[in-house]
Amino acid sequence: MGRRAAAAAAPAAAAAAADTSVAQEYEAVIGIETHVQLLTRTKAFCSCPNQYGDEPNTNICPVCMGHPGSLPMLNQEAVNLAIRAGIALNANIARRSKFDRKQYFYADLPKGYQISQYDVPVCSAGFLEVDTPEGVKRFGITRAHLEEDAGKNVHGGADSLSGSSHTLVDFNRAGVPLLEIVSEPDMRSARDAAAYGAELRRICRFLGISDGNMAEGSMRCDVNVSVRPKGQEQFGTKVEVKNMNSFSNMQKAIEFEIERQVSLLQAGRGAEVVQETRLWDEGRQETSSMRTKEGLADYRYFPEPDLPDLEIMEQQIEQVKASMAELPVAKRERYLSLGLPKADVLILADELATADFFDAAMAAGAPAKAAANWIMGDIMAACKERKMGMDGLAITPGALAEMIALIEGGTISGKIAKDVLPRLLDGEGNAGVKAFVEKEGLVQISDESAVEAMVDAVLAANPNQLAQYCSGKTKLAGFFTGQVMKESAGRVNPGLMNKILMKKLAAAAAAAAEAA
Amino acid sequence: MRTVCAAAQASLLKSIQQNVATKQQSAVEVTQAYLQQLKSVEGQVHSFLTVNEEHALAQAAAVDAAIARGEAAGPLAGVPIAIKDSICTAGLRTTAGSRVLDSYLPPFDATAVARLKAAGAVLIGKTNLDEFCMGSSTENSAYQVTRNPWDTARVPGGSSGGSAAAVAARQCAAALGSDTGGSIRQPAHFCGVVGLKPSYGRISRFGLIAYGSSLDCIGPLTHSVEDAARLLNVMAGPDSSDATCSKEAVPDFTAQLQPVDAVADKCLAGLRVGLISQTIGEGVAPGVMAAVNGALQHLQQLGAEVEEVSLPTFDLGLPAYYVLALSEASSNLSRYDGVRYGQRASDDAAARDLRHMYANTRGAGLGPEVKRRILMGSYALSAGYYDAYYKRAQQVRTLVQQELQAALQQYDVLLCPTAPTPAYKIGEKNCDPLAMYKGDLMTININLAGLPAVTVPCGFTEEAGVQLPVGVQFVGRMFEEASLLRVAHVYEQTAGVAGSAQPQVVAGREQLVAA
Repeated sequence: MGRRAAAAAAPAAAAAAADTSVAQEYEAVIGIETHVQLLTRTKAFCSCPNQYGDEPNTNICPVCMGHPGSLPMLNQEAVNLAIRAGIALNANIARRSKFDRKQYFYADLPKGYQISQYDVPVCSAGFLEVDTPEGVKRFGITRAHLEEDAGKNVHGGADSLSGSSHTLVDFNRAGVPLLEIVSEPDMRSARDAAAYGAELRRICRFLGISDGNMAEGSMRCDVNVSVRPKGQEQFGTKVEVKNMNSFSNMQKAIEFEIERQVSLLQAGRGAEVVQETRLWDEGRQETSSMRTKEGLADYRYFPEPDLPDLEIMEQQIEQVKASMAELPVAKRERYLSLGLPKADVLILADELATADFFDAAMAAGAPAKAAANWIMGDIMAACKERKMGMDGLAITPGALAEMIALIEGGTISGKIAKDVLPRLLDGEGNAGVKAFVEKEGLVQISDESAVEAMVDAVLAANPNQLAQYCSGKTKLAGFFTGQVMKESAGRVNPGLMNKILMKKLAAAAAAAAEAA
Repeated sequence: MRTVCAAAQASLLKSIQQNVATKQQSAVEVTQAYLQQLKSVEGQVHSFLTVNEEHALAQAAAVDAAIARGEAAGPLAGVPIAIKDSICTAGLRTTAGSRVLDSYLPPFDATAVARLKAAGAVLIGKTNLDEFCMGSSTENSAYQVTRNPWDTARVPGGSSGGSAAAVAARQCAAALGSDTGGSIRQPAHFCGVVGLKPSYGRISRFGLIAYGSSLDCIGPLTHSVEDAARLLNVMAGPDSSDATCSKEAVPDFTAQLQPVDAVADKCLAGLRVGLISQTIGEGVAPGVMAAVNGALQHLQQLGAEVEEVSLPTFDLGLPAYYVLALSEASSNLSRYDGVRYGQRASDDAAARDLRHMYANTRGAGLGPEVKRRILMGSYALSAGYYDAYYKRAQQVRTLVQQELQAALQQYDVLLCPTAPTPAYKIGEKNCDPLAMYKGDLMTININLAGLPAVTVPCGFTEEAGVQLPVGVQFVGRMFEEASLLRVAHVYEQTAGVAGSAQPQVVAGREQLVAA
């Protein structure tokens, strides 16, 4: 465990080192806008499936293609998920909000406008608390609003937009519901930002709001970064950084951007820090300018006349509350209250599948610490090796609980358990671990006379070693232990065997002494 | 044997439906007769952009087959209906009068159209209109200029000019139009037919190509008030495809429409009618005013109490309307970008990059009036101007709405002319957009308030030796179309105007179409 925790802390420590070089004179100010695709069955304003990865342009209809005469109908499930997120983010849920049209032309935007929420978002004024090595930090949430995703441009004839000969548009994503969650500029380091992002994703996943898959784009973070001399109240010029497909990339992108801005300021070239959007280039490990003068974009927002105001009743909020799963922070507190060390808690409550497995194992009677150890040890290792989450394993949490009970009850040894676990992971013990180990002949031999007979047989078969033992070479006890284990195919109850063996060896030694 | 244009017939649709239901006449025969009339006058009127001959006959045959199988005839069985080309019809070319949708085939039927079809109606064709409904004369169509059947040198009004002309010229039994600022009522007035704009949200907008979404309404253009009620019966009601469609209960809109012989002498006794002061006097053509006054006197004879009511905010509606409708339009028309459907510019520049593709597609595909309105709407929504224009206009809209609602507390119906003039000459006003916009003064406030209103023929005025129809506008309370239509029906059935004269293009052809 200690090693694992240290490994996890290593990149953080490196980041801290990077931060301190900046921290001497300058301070970074970071805010994050996160687009989260909501886990609804259908799209935000039509009944097309909300499904990633299908054949291009198969999940489309006149509404999400912006055909003449088509009209949007709001998906209430998207609203419920927004309420759920609002509650989780300690935000105000607007009892009445509205939709607006954000207008711009782009090939992936079917109607020439995006249905969004402009001045009255569904959630506002919340916060999110993050457990950091420097303690719990609270980051403000300015707002969260509902909107629809655009389609996806696929540039053909070249690897990137530049040089491409044509562009294909896939509208499967057009109209997928999004919640845009905007933080206050409360973060001061790349590490803060990554921790915020990770906790936000955890909330989304634990509550079934989104699958939060950054690589597939179901969670996209745009980061606003500025730097200012320490002690200065006024913000520096902010730069928006996009295109990070993981939190570690996000952290790197922010670190790069902070350094870039600070070096410019230090070199007296502060004017070169301009308000712009920069893209993170993972290959080159740097950000580069995408477009400038963003302040001039005029989206000509106005209220969406095709949708009535979004009214949310008290009852609807209560229903969402009642159906809400446990928040990550509550889970962590509960695990701590079980007496688990914090390092364990952070691992167990990091992924929902892990936490669910752990909770189910406990519900099936497994003691917390034993279950935690097995999960964080062999089971996680297996998951990593098989590149799957804990929900991808065939083993049931009940089987793990039963296995632990068999160890504690002396039916199998810990060693047998370790050997047999890979087969249990494949589900072989799901019908009953006890029956499985019995069938496989793996049950521990705890019958005293049987063990005695085995010990006697081993002593009888090794007279030379026994004689040496009796003459004072007591280190040979280990040899006999190994022999008995071998004879029993590892099944002998080690405690019992040890007790009997020691008794017999002592008796033999005493007899030899007497004979001499 | 009655004729299609029988005088003061309470319901043409009912007689067609009954004939078809009782197999006195097949739906195919009815459709053929209308198609024949359609074609015989189309060269003079130019009201259709697409004639649906083959499919219409197939639909009619299907109606006949269902009746032959013993199935109940729908309420519109065999009724040939024309659809304004701003309303989507599955697989049937729908252009909105624009080149940008030149060969566009909608993948779905508008809810209103689907309901008409389900009721047994036959879609005879798609009618001309001002491009994207932007205009009041149908001269802004990218395809053709529709002529007024009463005088083919004149406009039919707009933007539902094709539908109004087609009904007046007996090319169809009834038609659908759409009304954002008067686009059903004004052409009804110009063409001497009945035009109903229902309450906003009464009929689903799903499938209506959007112009000003918060104002747009689908409605019928018909030969009689009862026909309008029959179409409303079929089309009204909630729709799971339109969030702005009302869930208000739908009554039988024909229930209060008694046959004329059952109408008592003072059957409108106690009815309070408010004549909107701001719509009379200076600027209103004398012939229009005379016809409207005649209607007022007739209502008084039926026992109604008529008073003038002043609505001080009335004149503010016009500029507010043009800010709001154009703002919404500028946004609604962004989708015509050539990417997914419709016409796309294919010149070298357009092929080079997205910006040129947009510019050249929209430059070539959209007409001058549409571009003017997109520009004005985009301007009104621009950063820094939003508060001064859009927001201010919304505030004015609220005032106009409140004042009209207050007046309707005092009065059962409000009454006013539909437009200041009768049909004008082709080319007379289209070079002066502002003059054209001003013609909408009497209708737009009703859209701002979302109220139902119906225009009913109330007389004629002679211009240069030609008899031109005049229609009077009745305005009712929100979702109270039933009582509004009752008043209009009583007026229509007793005033002796409806059916008293025939448009130029059908004169002498009355007997051509049997129904």
